[in-house]
Amino acid sequence: MKILVLVKEVPDTYGDRVLDPETGLADRGASERVLDEIGERAIEAAVVLKEADPDAEVVLLSMGPESAQTGLRKGLAMGADRAVHVLDDELRGADLTLTAQTLAAAIRAEGVDLVIAGGLSTDGVGGVIPAMVAEHLGVAHLTALGSIERDGGTIAGLRGTDRGTARVSAALPAVVSISEGMPEARFPNFKGIMAAKKKPLETRTLADLGVTASLDTPRSILVSVATKPPRTAGTIIVDEGDAGEQLAAFLLANKLV
Amino acid sequence: MSSIPADAVLILAESADGALAPSAAGLIAAAAGIGTPVAVVVAQPGEGAALAAAAGALGAAHVLVAETAAVGTTLTAPLTDALAAAVALVRPAAILVPNSVEGRDAAARLAARIGAALAVDAVGIARDDEGVVSRHSVYGGAYDVVAAATFGAPVITVRQGAIDARAAAVEPVVETLEVEASTTPAATIESFEPAVAATDRPDLRGAKRVVSGGRGLGSAEQFVLVEQFADALGAAVGASRAAVDAGYIPQAHQVGQTGVSVSPQLYVALGISGAIQHRAGMQTAKTIVAINTDPEAPIFQIADFGVVGDVFAVVPQAIAAIEAKKSGS
Repeated sequence: MKILVLVKEVPDTYGDRVLDPETGLADRGASERVLDEIGERAIEAAVVLKEADPDAEVVLLSMGPESAQTGLRKGLAMGADRAVHVLDDELRGADLTLTAQTLAAAIRAEGVDLVIAGGLSTDGVGGVIPAMVAEHLGVAHLTALGSIERDGGTIAGLRGTDRGTARVSAALPAVVSISEGMPEARFPNFKGIMAAKKKPLETRTLADLGVTASLDTPRSILVSVATKPPRTAGTIIVDEGDAGEQLAAFLLANKLV
Repeated sequence: MSSIPADAVLILAESADGALAPSAAGLIAAAAGIGTPVAVVVAQPGEGAALAAAAGALGAAHVLVAETAAVGTTLTAPLTDALAAAVALVRPAAILVPNSVEGRDAAARLAARIGAALAVDAVGIARDDEGVVSRHSVYGGAYDVVAAATFGAPVITVRQGAIDARAAAVEPVVETLEVEASTTPAATIESFEPAVAATDRPDLRGAKRVVSGGRGLGSAEQFVLVEQFADALGAAVGASRAAVDAGYIPQAHQVGQTGVSVSPQLYVALGISGAIQHRAGMQTAKTIVAINTDPEAPIFQIADFGVVGDVFAVVPQAIAAIEAKKSGS
């Protein structure tokens, strides 16, 4: 069984995140770049499946600039076996369509049984890549899973939606995306970090994958980017026994009650 | 088909148990703002007519109904197949889909299948000289971004609760949508457990007022203070990640980067320090009120009205004052 995990480098949500006002693209220098937390949980899920099936191989796949390799090394230290990094200048500012095409091509080249991805990234929060990739691969998707069980050639889990929780299943190969209901990622230990340095991390270009960033396909583009003026503090009072009444007066005066 | 309007904008009207999802009203209104709304309803056999009438009441001029028992047993594929059939029939200017767990999967499949541009989590839809554009609130509301397709009709997922507009009711033209099921494998829905019955409090998404509690509430029992204040204000109940992680309240109430993004008229933060990840989910609120014992809490930097004090003293007093005003007027 070959499990592939989609991971992504994102600007750290613990700091300010900046868009370049000219290009509308993420200003990579402005904030620290980290492996997206939900992607780390996806790696954790894959490593747990591998622990139950020692013959399984876990391959990480990421698309992004040079710096993405830091996150891939961390994932290798957590227990993944190999990593593939799609690195190509043509992918700068790639929209969802090109991203899904590229990831699907890289997955096809690997030939995998199961793809695991985070459900929603913290930067784009689109949540669409897993199902797009599944469509390109012609396989089933099981998204927003809060638990994953594998039984031979079947993958199943609990899928949380606004309305409730469904138990869903599909025959492999399939694409799974996970929610925050899945366990947090383990911390890589010293042994894992040392081992990760020797694990293969290969780079692929769009040409390697046979993907062209063609203008013949409709793309989503940014038309404009504007910064919202930052909020400023208003009235701050210290409670001297009547703050509740003052708060009620504020809400009533502003017709918020 | 001649009856299909030339300026059609397709929307996916999600439904469950014979009722339209709350997202339908905003989507239909957004479509009405740029063309003629054509709603796609995918439902259990026998449910279509009532759902079509409901979509008409929300302003859908035209409703395409696909009835299939597969909606209860097959994940996403019935929605994708119906949308693909509707796009071929209608040739819309845009396809609007709710950014729900179900909706975004259908949008993703559709965009990949028909080769359409895809824009996600829009908070507004408009038209410019060159076609349909979508407005997005990015990085927790720090940026306003406008996106468009290079050509062709875009598929756009729309943030739930983001569209306040409502369209006038119409008598819809209803027709049956012929759908060819795709051969792509799909996951099976084995069973479904509905979420615990909702209270009569407003839904967090799209609520006009939200009262959220954080770690400062101290315990699940004491979190009831948040609910009491919410009820006094007719508000939805939210929470910080810290309160959810501490087990005070289920994750569905989490506001922030990894929870629900809200943009209400009033946001009240009780015992929430205001970590950047929480602010990312609420800082576009029109008015922000915060109560916290720590004068250095970052939430005060963005609060319109802040109280440095104990929520257990301030909130009951505020509730009493509001109740007194209500009963007196």
